Amino acid sequence: MAALRIITDGGQGPDGGSRPVSGPILVIGGGIAGQAVVEQVRDRDSRVPITFLCGEDRLPYDRVSLSRILAEGEDPAVLQLRPDAWYADRGIDVRLNAWVTAVDPDAGTATLAGGETLPFDRAVLCTGSDAFVPPIPGADAPGVEVFRGPEDCAAIAAAVTAAGARRAVVIGGGLLGLEAAYGIATLGCPVTVVHLMDRLMERQLDTGAAELLAPAIEGLGVDVLLETSTANITAGPDGRANRLAFADGTELETDLVVVAVGIAPQADLARQTGLAVERGIVVDDRLVTSHPRILSVGECAQHRGVCHGIVAPIHEQAAVAADTLTGVADSAYLGSVPSAKLKVMGVALVTAGAAAGEREVVVADSGTYRKLVVDAEDRVIGTVLLGDTRGAELLLDAVKTGLVAADPLQLLAEASQATAAELPDSAQICNCNGICKGDILKAISGGDLGSTQEVVSVTRAGAGCGSCKPLVTELLAHARGGAVEEATYLCPCRKLTREELAGRVRAEGIEAVSELAASCGAGRDCGACKPGLAYLVSEINGNQHREERHARYINDRVHANIQNDGTFSVVPRMRGGVTTPDELRRIADVADKYDIPTVKVTGGQRIDLLGIKKEDLPAVWEELDMPSGHAYAKSVRTVKTCVGTTHCRFGLGDAMRVGIELETAMEGLYTPAKVKAAVTGCPRNCAEAYVKDIGLVAVEGGWEVYVGGAAGASVRKGDLLATLQTSEEAKRIAYVFLQYYREHADYLERTYAYMERVGLEAVQAEVMDPAKQEEYLERYRIAKAAADPDPWRERHAPVHPKQFAELDTEPALLPMMPVGPPAEATR
Amino acid sequence: MSFESAWIPVGRADDVPLLEGRSVMVGSRRVAIFRMPTGWAAIDHACPHKGGPLADGLVADACVTCPLHGRRFDVFTGRQVGGDDVVATYEVRESGDGTLELLVPADLMVGAEAA
Repeated sequence: MAALRIITDGGQGPDGGSRPVSGPILVIGGGIAGQAVVEQVRDRDSRVPITFLCGEDRLPYDRVSLSRILAEGEDPAVLQLRPDAWYADRGIDVRLNAWVTAVDPDAGTATLAGGETLPFDRAVLCTGSDAFVPPIPGADAPGVEVFRGPEDCAAIAAAVTAAGARRAVVIGGGLLGLEAAYGIATLGCPVTVVHLMDRLMERQLDTGAAELLAPAIEGLGVDVLLETSTANITAGPDGRANRLAFADGTELETDLVVVAVGIAPQADLARQTGLAVERGIVVDDRLVTSHPRILSVGECAQHRGVCHGIVAPIHEQAAVAADTLTGVADSAYLGSVPSAKLKVMGVALVTAGAAAGEREVVVADSGTYRKLVVDAEDRVIGTVLLGDTRGAELLLDAVKTGLVAADPLQLLAEASQATAAELPDSAQICNCNGICKGDILKAISGGDLGSTQEVVSVTRAGAGCGSCKPLVTELLAHARGGAVEEATYLCPCRKLTREELAGRVRAEGIEAVSELAASCGAGRDCGACKPGLAYLVSEINGNQHREERHARYINDRVHANIQNDGTFSVVPRMRGGVTTPDELRRIADVADKYDIPTVKVTGGQRIDLLGIKKEDLPAVWEELDMPSGHAYAKSVRTVKTCVGTTHCRFGLGDAMRVGIELETAMEGLYTPAKVKAAVTGCPRNCAEAYVKDIGLVAVEGGWEVYVGGAAGASVRKGDLLATLQTSEEAKRIAYVFLQYYREHADYLERTYAYMERVGLEAVQAEVMDPAKQEEYLERYRIAKAAADPDPWRERHAPVHPKQFAELDTEPALLPMMPVGPPAEATR
Repeated sequence: MSFESAWIPVGRADDVPLLEGRSVMVGSRRVAIFRMPTGWAAIDHACPHKGGPLADGLVADACVTCPLHGRRFDVFTGRQVGGDDVVATYEVRESGDGTLELLVPADLMVGAEAA
């Protein structure tokens, strides 16, 4: 953008277009261009009145992602560029269904379809474009659709998913046509692309790249007919288009025709207003039309003979238009280098500038094609990257700035290795929203941004199709001088890390979350970190902290797991997954008595009773007469076992006994994230110990201890921490590791993520050091001694009279506590 | 027949711990009442997203986070934090004898009649 938005010497043209705005600005047209103008003007002037007229009944949305609506059934509302509140917050008078029927530029008024007249000092026409439909006989029949708005996507999707739909035809093999074809193919309907030219995307691709693209596209079930001209479209008995006849006499039957050959600038209003209109609305380098009070930006504007049909130039034009309107800078728009990114078809493709020229270098193999074009003065004027788009931002910038490359082959090679750090500040990172590297770096340092999410929400880079998010993360990492610490802040609102907060807890002797909040504000803004703060305070105090239930998630207030309908699930402790007929009878009786809708055996070898009302929890626990299984908490959950030497003819170790001992020793301890364990009697691994946070495996002559395994959203085999001779030693190492993890991991960081972050060697250095082992074990014993082994005992002594009830309900089991005035019960 | 809005008792102030919420049925609607550091607040109990129980949510100085999917609402204005959803707010006060009273809007009074 910077290369094209030239700051001029401040010449004040006689046209008056350079006069800063002195009254209301009217932005006509609620597309990406109108939105970009509104945002750019507001960035420069926080007070000038802006009225934003949107013709559709929805706020501006990201039309670039239209194929996502078609292919993925994405809700159009998801593509909305800014939330409703954004406009009110910035004092922008945004109006929907606002069609302008007349503009009087001399008087400075615009008339709406309803008759209302709006005054303006300046108006910006952002009327965009319509789908261009070539004059093919029959193209106006039902069953012929264009590919332009969400309604078109809905009509296309309905037609190709209808029963009996056998084939769709897309007329047009350019960027838009291929996106439409991809969307239809994704919906499972065979599709044929009919293209007039001898290769696909002929404006962006040379023959070599097009030849590589065709088989990739055909592999997705899309047929391509090149050099084929549609003579007419005919309709069947139901009046819907069902057949195409081509110029060469051949025909093709179809259930749907999509015309996607290009766009036609929408300049009706401009024409009617008396502005100069050729193909589009004629604008000068300041985006001013033939009338000094009217500007035009976007696909409807014609600049130096060119109407742009892609999104990047819109942002470049909007910035210049905003400069012109507000007078904060004199700048000129000198045109844009055409560039395209094909985000669909499973093929990565980036093109910019000329596809052919004076000198061309190509690096290609069967699946990739990388080309750089330079002119006679060695300036880079074009690039085509297919299959391998590494370094695209660097090469796009080279094209835009006309970088001199004496050895283009070397530049091509360097680009594949380029990191975000090497990109120039002018390199555009987010093509959807037109954000350059320089903008992102400025936002990171200016706003002290620490996570990708923050950068996306502040700069909008990555908020469109999202394909540039990894690059945003890379930039952030570089700007902050290391890895991006997405999980850095335990309290993101106050930007406080776990280490900072732990230091404060220790230094000030803090024993409760509310004391920590009073000390530094942590947890007071959004409250989301309170469970993490509660864990931190409890861990540092060896569980001799002051418990505050308001800092605990609802699961830890009522010791059960909340379900999607607000009921709870109950999992009694069943150590090692071993139970008795008596326990099973009680579980069955409780399930009957309380009408429990679902009884389910869990992956951790437990029995889960689901669908229990909060008020029934104390009574259910009472009748189960089993301790809490802690299945609702960030804590030690289960130790799974196999039958081991007790029954198994292959058993090498007594897995059930060792598992029950391990679980008894660890139960009741809270942890940064849930901890699942297993003990298995031989390497056949029936208890799945290799994929647990802590797994003990009996082997010939000893026991292996694995840590950091996972078989959930991530699947990871644990790291072999140590091999010990006896089960006693193996359990001891497991306790040391558990305590080490409790003290070091970030809140919600599972052992597998921790091991990936820190590495096995660093963990072994701590956990296998004999002196440190004793220290960890000492703190482990203190924490364990103070931990509550069975929170379900609160059924008899609740922390609050309404712990298990609402204002208008009572718990099904009344507590065994003195019944007195409520004041006595409050703590 | 029509009703006017009126203050009605909904429970005891002591039944809601500081920085927590409890719910109560008012007419056809369940209302979540929170004891905030600066006073009482009441909003609809059901999260507009998927009906999550807001009274069971984590409470900070001015907002509650739905326990199901993390939607966050300002308990005094009812507006979603970081989004566009809104929940209804109600006036709530503690009387001299420790009774919690809710100003029940007229439309809920009619609902109570129908229910």
